[in-house]
Amino acid sequence: MESRETIAAIATGMGNAGIGIVRISGDDAVAVADRVFKGKNNKKLTNSRSHMAHYGHIYDGEELIDEALVLVMKAPNTYTREDVVEIDCHGGAYVTRRILELVLKNGARAAEPGEFTKRAFLNGRIDLAQAEAVIDVINAKNNYALKSSVSMLNGKLSTEIKKIREELIYNIAFIEAALDDPEHISLDNFVDKLDNFVDKWINAVDKLLTSVDNGKIFTEGVRTVILGKPNAGKSSLLNTLLGEERAIVTDIAGTTRDTLEEQINVHGIILKLIDTAGIRQTEDIVEKLGVDKSRRFAKDADLIIYVVDSSTELDDNDMDIISMINEGVAGKVIVLLNKSDLAARTTENDIKSYIDCPVINISAKEQEGIDELEKKLEEMFLGGELSYNDEIMITRARQKDALRRAKESLELVKDGIAMAVPEDLLTIDLMNGYEELGKIIGESVEEDLVNEIFSKFCMGK
Amino acid sequence: MGNYLEENYDVVIVGAGHAGCEAALACARLGLETIMFTVSVESIALMPCNPNIGGSSKGHLVRELDALGGEMGKNIDKTFIQSKMLNSSKGPAVHSLRAQADKSEYSRQMRRTLENTEHLTIRQAEVADILTDEDKNITGVKTFSGAVYHCRAVVLCTGTYLKARCIYGDVSSYTGPNGLQAANHLTDALKRLGIEIRRFKTGTPARVDRRSIDFSKMEEQFGDKRIVPFSFTTNPEDIQKEQVSCYLTYTNEKTHKIIRDNLDRSPLYSGKIEGTGPRYCPSIEDKVVRFADKDRHQVFVEPEGNYTNEMYLGGMSSSLPEDVQYAMYRTVPGLENVKIVRNAYAIEYDCINPVELKASLEFKNVHGLFSGGQINGSSGYEEAAVQGLIAGINAAMKLLGREPLILDRSEAYIGVLIDDLVTKESSEPYRMMTSRAEYRLLLRQDNADLRLSAKGHEIGLISDERYAKVEEKRKEIDAEIKRLSSVMIGGTSEVTEFLARHNSTALNNGVSLADLIKRPELDYEAIAELDKDRKPLPWDVIEQVNINIKYQGYIERELRQVEHFKKLEKKLIPEDIDYDEVGSLRLEARQKLKNFKPRSIGQASRISGVSPADITVLLVYLESRR
Repeated sequence: MESRETIAAIATGMGNAGIGIVRISGDDAVAVADRVFKGKNNKKLTNSRSHMAHYGHIYDGEELIDEALVLVMKAPNTYTREDVVEIDCHGGAYVTRRILELVLKNGARAAEPGEFTKRAFLNGRIDLAQAEAVIDVINAKNNYALKSSVSMLNGKLSTEIKKIREELIYNIAFIEAALDDPEHISLDNFVDKLDNFVDKWINAVDKLLTSVDNGKIFTEGVRTVILGKPNAGKSSLLNTLLGEERAIVTDIAGTTRDTLEEQINVHGIILKLIDTAGIRQTEDIVEKLGVDKSRRFAKDADLIIYVVDSSTELDDNDMDIISMINEGVAGKVIVLLNKSDLAARTTENDIKSYIDCPVINISAKEQEGIDELEKKLEEMFLGGELSYNDEIMITRARQKDALRRAKESLELVKDGIAMAVPEDLLTIDLMNGYEELGKIIGESVEEDLVNEIFSKFCMGK
Repeated sequence: MGNYLEENYDVVIVGAGHAGCEAALACARLGLETIMFTVSVESIALMPCNPNIGGSSKGHLVRELDALGGEMGKNIDKTFIQSKMLNSSKGPAVHSLRAQADKSEYSRQMRRTLENTEHLTIRQAEVADILTDEDKNITGVKTFSGAVYHCRAVVLCTGTYLKARCIYGDVSSYTGPNGLQAANHLTDALKRLGIEIRRFKTGTPARVDRRSIDFSKMEEQFGDKRIVPFSFTTNPEDIQKEQVSCYLTYTNEKTHKIIRDNLDRSPLYSGKIEGTGPRYCPSIEDKVVRFADKDRHQVFVEPEGNYTNEMYLGGMSSSLPEDVQYAMYRTVPGLENVKIVRNAYAIEYDCINPVELKASLEFKNVHGLFSGGQINGSSGYEEAAVQGLIAGINAAMKLLGREPLILDRSEAYIGVLIDDLVTKESSEPYRMMTSRAEYRLLLRQDNADLRLSAKGHEIGLISDERYAKVEEKRKEIDAEIKRLSSVMIGGTSEVTEFLARHNSTALNNGVSLADLIKRPELDYEAIAELDKDRKPLPWDVIEQVNINIKYQGYIERELRQVEHFKKLEKKLIPEDIDYDEVGSLRLEARQKLKNFKPRSIGQASRISGVSPADITVLLVYLESRR
């Protein structure tokens, strides 16, 4: 909470191509940066004067990751009033994230939402008015982060984590029960069993780490929903967008058919299409609007593409969609006037009298206007109106961090067992592992252990 | 009834159990005129349940109490009949001393100490009312007979006596433990003061006649060969003595069948008992129901003292009717012909909700009213004693105009116990456990004197002489660790031969003696022959040196965690804070904070329902107020 651990996060918006900045703050900021950065003259950042930029390369061990400009700013004249290092890199979102992960692996901890600002405030750098504005963000983000980190997890993986945790807490509780009630519960030969368990857990955590790397846990992109009445042309639009030459179609493991998600890469911008199954199968998205799920998707999406059939007049279905949009949605809206190849019964002005948003004429059938749509998307993206949900990446980095720490704790248990360390000390690292895994699925520890002891083991007096 | 008696005291202690005795002794020893009330002078320091003191984590509490100047450790050292260090094969953090007491001798000895303490008056009477002025400052107490005792502080140590009811089968009587008179009037007085009253229950097994037991069918359990005292003031040589044995036997399917067949006659299951019982010390019927897959449960047969034939049947507390008790006990090997002296029974009693207390154990809303022991929703003699001591000390500190003694979670099990009680809402009697202490590697029973003597000395309960000895010990420990870390040895033939003899890996390069001690197969004693300059040191110094070197890595990690923890503990929240003024707090958190009035950010963060985001909001608010 108020610790001065060294923290790190990506400081730039996630999607922006070009430069990405990883910011590190805390006592060890410079030391952490030194571990991943090789300067042009092999000079150590530790010896750098404050507020100096250094050119060089970021390495993961021997592997070159990116060239980078590193800015060293020493306390107290920094945003947080702690030592701050900023790594400017060029390789886009993926590389920026890689560098963040690298920094986390080398001693920094993933920053909580708003944590830089919190430190800035607590260290007297900014005033209360500024800080209060930040607090609202922290509150909102904390709630969101918890929700999203859990909801973004694929069900199978969270089940896996829960399983490891259940076994962990059972074994910890067994040790604790035996310590508290040695005359009723014996630990004889228990360590051998525990050793096998620890191997199994380390193995399982390793697998999880790999799957995070492969991106199987969650996908990134602008969460996009396509709306429109039946026959407005959603399917053809989708097919056009998914056209072979520029589409990446991902079938995300572990998701069921009806919540199939697909990704489209538009000039490097990834649109994550949500709830497309309905569009492709039945075109019944309007009917489904009555269903909470679809409405919620639309409300929370980063982008709504609303397809209007310009060859017909706006009908009840359209009015439903329009009123939903006007009630307030989280993301941006683009209206596509489809069927520009046919005579127009609905015009741009008709739409604009209801909704204030960009309107583009297209013909999905003739593939006209698609370029204009893509240009518009790019424009919105670079202008910052549209962005990736950066929580996803941050959450992902944080979860990887937690998995790695869990693994480290379990390895310490192994070491301890090898060193014949008494069981009551092994529980320290077992518990740390349990806590780290809990962070991933958003579960706190609180009274878990005591409850487990009482419910699973018969304590006597 | 008119007042016909009025007296003046500084402090009134209500109750003379383990909490009351410690509270009374602390206040009197600090020079305050103290009067202790009990419903029966015969029941002073009574042990109405198990015949032992200490045990896992409870042993730690007694050691800590001793280091602060309490009496329980000294008293059990004088009156034990068997002693055992539990968990001695495990890590030093969980070694725990437990002694079987001669119950009546324990009581008698404590009574003698109380009776010979200056400034302390013992009075047999039932306190029926608590007197305050209109600002809820304590002004005195009134007994059932109408006598008024003026005072400035009251410490409630009523144990299980408030509206106590004992139950077995369909028999119930409104009495305290062992058929003693209950205190039936004080509850209403507390309610009038706005104090919430809850109802808890606990239970105890039967006492049986030693002559009716066939010990040949049981496993004999001996005490330790070398007896370690509880009190740091007791010379180990003075207490090596002949010990009595306990015996172990087991229940079986027959026992369990009798219990299951008669569950409908158990007041626990028929709903006759409303109080909430503890999960950790379940009655035998609870165990049989909840752990149905276990085919046997242990029964420890323990003597109640040297001069009685009564034996305690540990592990078989019950509230079944007496005919069922007889039937089930008689299925247990060795108890086939057992004769019951006292029935097992469950007891229900009124207690307060300790979240209404400050960490000093003073009520937040009644000034000068303190409370310690089982009335606070804890269980166990040791838990009671330490609370009594802290409540007594803090009543005295208040009257002396001094700061209260508050131990935090990184300083003592006592700190963990009290913090849990006053911060976490518990719906069952609270028992101390080593797993509740986050920093247990630092809070060992062997270093309680090093941790707490300075505090006891500052309070005034530890003499200058005793304190000086502890500081001397600390110096010796530090010097020896420093020496061992700096003496380097290399791979000479002598060393190589020594290591081979101890199945220890040979040296590649020079290491310090401390590095060798860290090896699992070696320790301080083992390397004596390599350590040419070693000077003789007391055993307790050697013990500390060994532990500190061997577990250095783990200890340092915990110390770092403590540093982190302390930062939040030190951020105090002003008592006059208005949580309505703190923007952005969630509603639930705001209500919880208003109710609990936590003293520090650290305590606030442990309240369930207060999230990390709320803590950030609170931190920002506090900073802005500065």
